[in-house]
Amino acid sequence: MTALKLRWQWLLDQPWLMPLLLASGLVLAFAIPRFGLFNNYVQMLLMYVGINILLATSLNLVNGYMGEFSLAHAGFMAVGAYISVLITMHVLPPGAHAVLFPLAVLAGGAVAGLMGLLVAVPSFKVRGDYLAIITLAFLMIVKSALENIDAIGGPRGIPGIPRLTSLPWVFAWTVALVWLIRNFVYSRYGRGVQAIREDEIASDLMSVDTRRVKVLAFMLSSFCAGVAGALFAHLLQFISPRVFDIVKTTEILIMVYLGGIASIGGSIIGATLYVVLLEMLRPSTVAALLAWLPAGMFDVLEKYFINHLGMLRMIIMPLLLVLVMIYWPRGIMGKREFRGFIPRRDKAAHRPGPMGGGATEHDAAHRP
Amino acid sequence: MSPEASYWLQQALNALQLGSIYALIALGYSMVYGILSMINFAHGDVFMVGAFLCFLAGTALGLPFAPTLILAMVGAALLGVSIERLAYKPLRNAPRVSAIITALGVGIFLENLTLAFYPYPQNVPSLLENITWHVGGVSISSLQLTIIGLSFALMLVLDHVVHRTPVGMAMRAISWDRTYVPLMGIPVNLVISITFAIGAGLAGAAGTMYALAYPVIDPYMGILVGWKAFIAAVVGGIGNIRGAMIGAFILGAVEIMVVALMPSTYRDLVVFSLLLALIVWRPYGILGQPRVQKV
Repeated sequence: MTALKLRWQWLLDQPWLMPLLLASGLVLAFAIPRFGLFNNYVQMLLMYVGINILLATSLNLVNGYMGEFSLAHAGFMAVGAYISVLITMHVLPPGAHAVLFPLAVLAGGAVAGLMGLLVAVPSFKVRGDYLAIITLAFLMIVKSALENIDAIGGPRGIPGIPRLTSLPWVFAWTVALVWLIRNFVYSRYGRGVQAIREDEIASDLMSVDTRRVKVLAFMLSSFCAGVAGALFAHLLQFISPRVFDIVKTTEILIMVYLGGIASIGGSIIGATLYVVLLEMLRPSTVAALLAWLPAGMFDVLEKYFINHLGMLRMIIMPLLLVLVMIYWPRGIMGKREFRGFIPRRDKAAHRPGPMGGGATEHDAAHRP
Repeated sequence: MSPEASYWLQQALNALQLGSIYALIALGYSMVYGILSMINFAHGDVFMVGAFLCFLAGTALGLPFAPTLILAMVGAALLGVSIERLAYKPLRNAPRVSAIITALGVGIFLENLTLAFYPYPQNVPSLLENITWHVGGVSISSLQLTIIGLSFALMLVLDHVVHRTPVGMAMRAISWDRTYVPLMGIPVNLVISITFAIGAGLAGAAGTMYALAYPVIDPYMGILVGWKAFIAAVVGGIGNIRGAMIGAFILGAVEIMVVALMPSTYRDLVVFSLLLALIVWRPYGILGQPRVQKV
C-alpha cells in the first residue's frame, strides 16, 4: 500500500505529467468533434464545463484568494459577450470568422478587464459587505444599461449569433487562462493577494502594494470572465441582458464554494460537478438511471418524481448550496491544491499528503 | 392649485407610498445587519412570500383586509424565524461570507419553491373598498392612505420597541457586543429570533401592501424590490433603523422622480448609479457611523 502511495507521489511530482495531460487533452479536444467520439449533447456539455471552469477559477481569485465578496462576475461576462458579439457580427467579415474569432474574444475580455478597474477602485476604500453592494450595483447597472440600448436589441437581446465556439477553442482558452491565474497566484503578487485576505493593514505594513495587487487581481478576474462570456455567447448563439443576471452570478458562486475557496483544483472540480449534477437531474437522465426498477415502482416514481424534475432541480440546487455551506464550509478542496498545480519551488512549503495541502496556521486556528 | 403644482403633489404622494413599502422592508435588512452584521439576502424573498400569503388569504380563504394582513405578517415572521434557526444559526461563528452565500441560497430556494406552485404571475383581488377623493386636482385613494398610515404606525411601534423596551435594549446590546452580552443574562438566541420575527413580519406587511397597490405578483418580484430596499438601508446607514426609514423615502422619491422625468426603463439604471456614487462618496450612509479599524 505504501509502495503504491509512494509511486503515486513520484508520479505527481514528475515535471512531464502536466504537459502530458494537457497535450492529450488538446488532442482529445480536436479529436472529439472531428471523429464524433461523443454525440453533440456531450460535446456541448464539455464546452459548458470548460467555460464554467474558467468562470469559477477567475471568481475564486477575487472571492477565494483575495477574500473579497464580488457579485459582479455575470456583469463582466455580459460585457465580454456583448463586445465580442458586436465585433463578430458587425466588424469582422463573415468569411474570416473562424480565423479572427480569437481577436473578438480577446477584445471582449479586454473591455471586461477595463471594467474590472471600475470595481477595483472603490475596493481601495471599502471592503466586505460594502464591496459586495458595489459589485451588485455594478451588475444591475450593466444589465439595465444593456436593456436601455436599443441598437443592441435592448431587453430582447441579440439572436442569430454565429456558432464560433468549438471544443478546441474552449480548451485552449480555459487552459491558457487557468494557467495564467495559477501563475499569478503563485507569484509575488499572488502572495500579496493572499496577504490581503488574511489582513489588509498588516500586508500594507509588510510593503505589499495593496492597490496595485487589487487592481491586477480584479482586472485579471474580470478579463477571464469577459473571455468566458464571449465563448458562452458564441456557443449559446443568443444573448440578452436577462442571461447575465444575479442568478448567473449565484451559479458561479455555488461552483466556487462547492469546490472550495482559494483552490484552483477546487474550482475545476466544483464547476465540473455543478454542470454534471445539474444535467444528471434531468428527467430523461434520471429515468434512464432508474430503468432497472420494477415497472410498478418506476411508474409511480415517474409520475410523482421524475416528471417534476425540471422544477425540482431548481429547488434542489439552492438547497444543496445551503447544506454545503452548513455542513461542509470548506468545500471539497478549501485552501488545498492538487500537487500537480503547485510550482516546483513551492512544493516543500506544502504539507505532504496525497493532495498536497496549503494549510496555514490561520487555517488551523479557524478549523471548527 | 395650478396643474403643475398638483402634478408634483400627486407625485409626492406616490413617492410616499412607494417609500413606506421600501421602508418596511429596509427595516428588516437593517435590524438583522445591526445585530448579526450579516446581509440577509433572503429578506426580499420573505417579502415575496408575504405577498403570496396575502394572495392566498384573499382568494383561497376569502378573508378581508385586516385578517389577511395579520396572516401575512405572522406567516412571514414564522418563515423568518425558521430560516434563521435552520440556515443561519449553524453558521453564526463561520466566516461571514458563508452566511451571505447561504442567504442567497435560501432566497433562490424560496423563489423556486413558490414558482413550483405558481408558475404564472397572479392577480391579487382588491381586498379594500377603494374610494378615491379629488382634492384640488390631486387624487388620493383610500388604499394609498391606508398604506402610508399603516406603515407609519408600524414604524412608530418599531422605533418604540427598539429604543424604549427591554427587548429593544437587548437588541442594541447584542449589536454592540455579542461576546459579553450573554454574561449579562441576556438570552442571545431568543433576542436574535425576535429580531428576525419582527423584520420578517414587517416584510410580510410590506408584501401585503405591495400586492394590494401593484396587484400582479410573481415569485421573482422579491429580488428587485428586495435589493432596492437593501440599498435604502445602506443609503441611510445600515444597522441604523431611523436611517433605513430615511433612505427608503429618499429612494422612493428618486424613483418616482426618474419615472416622471425620463423614460421609465431608466429607473433602475439611475437608482443603482446613484447608489454607487453615494457609497464611494460616503461609504457608511447618511446616519451610519464610520467604523475605525483598529490594528
